[in-house]
Amino acid sequence: MTIVPAIAAHGLRKSYGDKTVLDGIDLTVPEGTVFSLLGPNGAGKTTAVKILSTLVSPDRGSGEIRVGGHDLAADPQAVRAAIGVTGQFSAVDGLITGEENMLLMADLHHLSRARGRRVTAQLLERFDLVEAAKKPAASYSGGMKRRLDIAMTLVGDPRIIFLDEPTTGLDPRSRHNMWQIIRELVADGVTVFLTTQYLEEADELADRIAVLHDGRIAAEGSAEELKRIVPGGHVRLRFTDPAAYHAALAALGEVTRDDEALALQIPSDGSQRELRSVLDRLDTAGIEADELTVHTPDLDDVFFALTGSTVPVQSSKADQPEEAAR
Amino acid sequence: MSFSLAVRDSSTMLRRNLLHARRYPSLTLNLLLTPVMLLLLFVYVFGGAMSAGIGGGGADRSEYIAYLVPGILLMTIGSTTIGTAVSVSTDMSEGIIARFRTMAIHRGSVLIGHVVGSVLQCVASVILVGAVGVAIGFRSTDATALEWLAAFGLLVLFATALTWIAVGMGLISPNAEAAGNNAMPLIFLPLISSAFVPIDAMPGWFQPIAEYQPFTPAIETLRGLLLGTEIGHNGWIAVAWCLGLAVLGYLWSAARFDSDAK
Repeated sequence: MTIVPAIAAHGLRKSYGDKTVLDGIDLTVPEGTVFSLLGPNGAGKTTAVKILSTLVSPDRGSGEIRVGGHDLAADPQAVRAAIGVTGQFSAVDGLITGEENMLLMADLHHLSRARGRRVTAQLLERFDLVEAAKKPAASYSGGMKRRLDIAMTLVGDPRIIFLDEPTTGLDPRSRHNMWQIIRELVADGVTVFLTTQYLEEADELADRIAVLHDGRIAAEGSAEELKRIVPGGHVRLRFTDPAAYHAALAALGEVTRDDEALALQIPSDGSQRELRSVLDRLDTAGIEADELTVHTPDLDDVFFALTGSTVPVQSSKADQPEEAAR
Repeated sequence: MSFSLAVRDSSTMLRRNLLHARRYPSLTLNLLLTPVMLLLLFVYVFGGAMSAGIGGGGADRSEYIAYLVPGILLMTIGSTTIGTAVSVSTDMSEGIIARFRTMAIHRGSVLIGHVVGSVLQCVASVILVGAVGVAIGFRSTDATALEWLAAFGLLVLFATALTWIAVGMGLISPNAEAAGNNAMPLIFLPLISSAFVPIDAMPGWFQPIAEYQPFTPAIETLRGLLLGTEIGHNGWIAVAWCLGLAVLGYLWSAARFDSDAK
C-alpha cells in the first residue's frame, strides 16, 4: 500500500513581477506529522502557505501540488474541505463576539444548530475563552485572538492545519500555551504545516524542518539531521589574564581566537573524551581558564550557516537522503 | 446541490452583515442624515423660492414637498450604498476574508451577503426617510396598489444596481476613507438630477447630462408612479440603467474578488 502524503508539492514557483518569491521548492509532509518551514521574514513562508491553502495560485511552471490527496489546481474546493488555516494576521471578525465567530464557522461548515452550539461550547472551553465569549473579538488580547483563531480553524475538524507564524508577537507564556495546543493537535492525528522564524519553535514541535532562504529550500531534515550539517560545536575558554590567554593559544594550536574578549574556541563535538583532551593540554601547560563553556550545535548555527552567509547555500540538500515519498 | 450551498452560505454571510449593521448602526444612521437634512433644508429654508419656481407657487409648500420627496428617496439609496462601499472595503482588509477564501464555501457568498444586506438596508432607510417625508406633508396622489408595487420594485432594483457598483468601489479601495471618497458620486449625482429642480430650469448645455444620468430617469419614474406625472420613456431608461449598472457592477466586483489576494 502506498501512503499518500498529506501535502506533496513539486517545483513550487511564485513570483510577483520580477521578484521571485518561491523558486521551485519541493515539499512532502507525511500524514500525522509536523512540518516546519523555517526562515527569516521575507523568505517566502507565507507565500508557500497561501499557495498550499488555495489563497494564491502558483506560477504556471510549478509541478503538481496535492493536499489531502486532492489536486490543488483541479479541485481546490476538495482541498479547502480538508484543511484549516490560521494565517499570520488574525482571521477573526473583530466586530462580533468570540462566540458569534465560532457559530459563524459552524454555519459555514453546515453543522446543525445543536451540533454547532456544542462544538462552539467545547472549543471555547478548551481554549479558555468562555469568559470572553460574549465580548467583541476586537477587544481581545493578542494571545486570545490567536486562540480564537485556532479554535475557529478547528470547528470543521480539519485533518491538515496550516499555521503561519502562530506565535509571532505573543508573550512567552502565550507562546508556550500555543505549543501545547499544537502538540495536542498532533496527538489527535492532525497534520500540521507550521511556519516560523523561531528556531526553538521548530526544534520543539517539528518532525521535519525545511529551511527556506531566498525562495529555495536551503536544507531539510529532522532537527538532529540539520544540526549534523553544521559542525558548529566547540569549547569556549575565556581568560582574564592576557598572558594566560597567549599561553593557551600556544598550547592548543588549532583554535579560533577572539583577542578582544580573550576567548578561544576549540572545535569539539562536546564528548567527554574531547573535553578531557583539551583540559589535559591546558593542565600540561599549567594554564587555568577563567571560564569554560561547551557549545553544542543548535538550529541557530544551522540557520546562520545556511542563510546568514553571503554565499547562498544550495547544495547542502544533496547531503540529505531524499525521502522516497512518491 | 451547489445552488442550495450558495443560498445557505449567502444567508450565513447576510446574517453576519446584518449583525454588523445592528451592532454598529452609527454608520447607517449618519448616512441617513444627508438626505433628511437636504429634505428639511429645501422645504423649510429654500422652500418659498422653490415653490414659486415649481408651477403654481402657492403659499403652501405641499407642491414642492411632493416634487422633492421622490428624488430624496433615491438619494437615500445613493447615500446608503456609500456605507456599503465603506463596509466592503473595511471587510476586505480583515483577515477573516482570507479565512473564508480557504473554506469550502460558495465563492460568491461573501459578496452576495453584502449585496443583499445593503439592499435590505436601503429599503429600511427609504422607509425611514419616507416617513419623514410623510410627517412633513408628503402624500401620494391616488397611486394604485400596482403603482405602489412598481415603485417598490423600482427602489429595490435601483438599490441593487447602486449596491453592485458600490461593492466594486469598496473592493478597489485600499481603505475605508478611500472607499468613502470613491463612492462620492453616488450622493453627488442626485444634486445634478431633477431631484431638486426641474431639468428645464438648468442651463441648456447641462440639460442632456442631467437628463440622462441614472438618477433622473429613476426619479421621474418614481414621481410618475406616486404622483401621476408623465413617465414617458423614463421608465425604460431607468430600468436599462439599473440592469446595466447591476451587471457591470457584478462583473467588476466578481473579477476583483476572484483576482489573487496579494
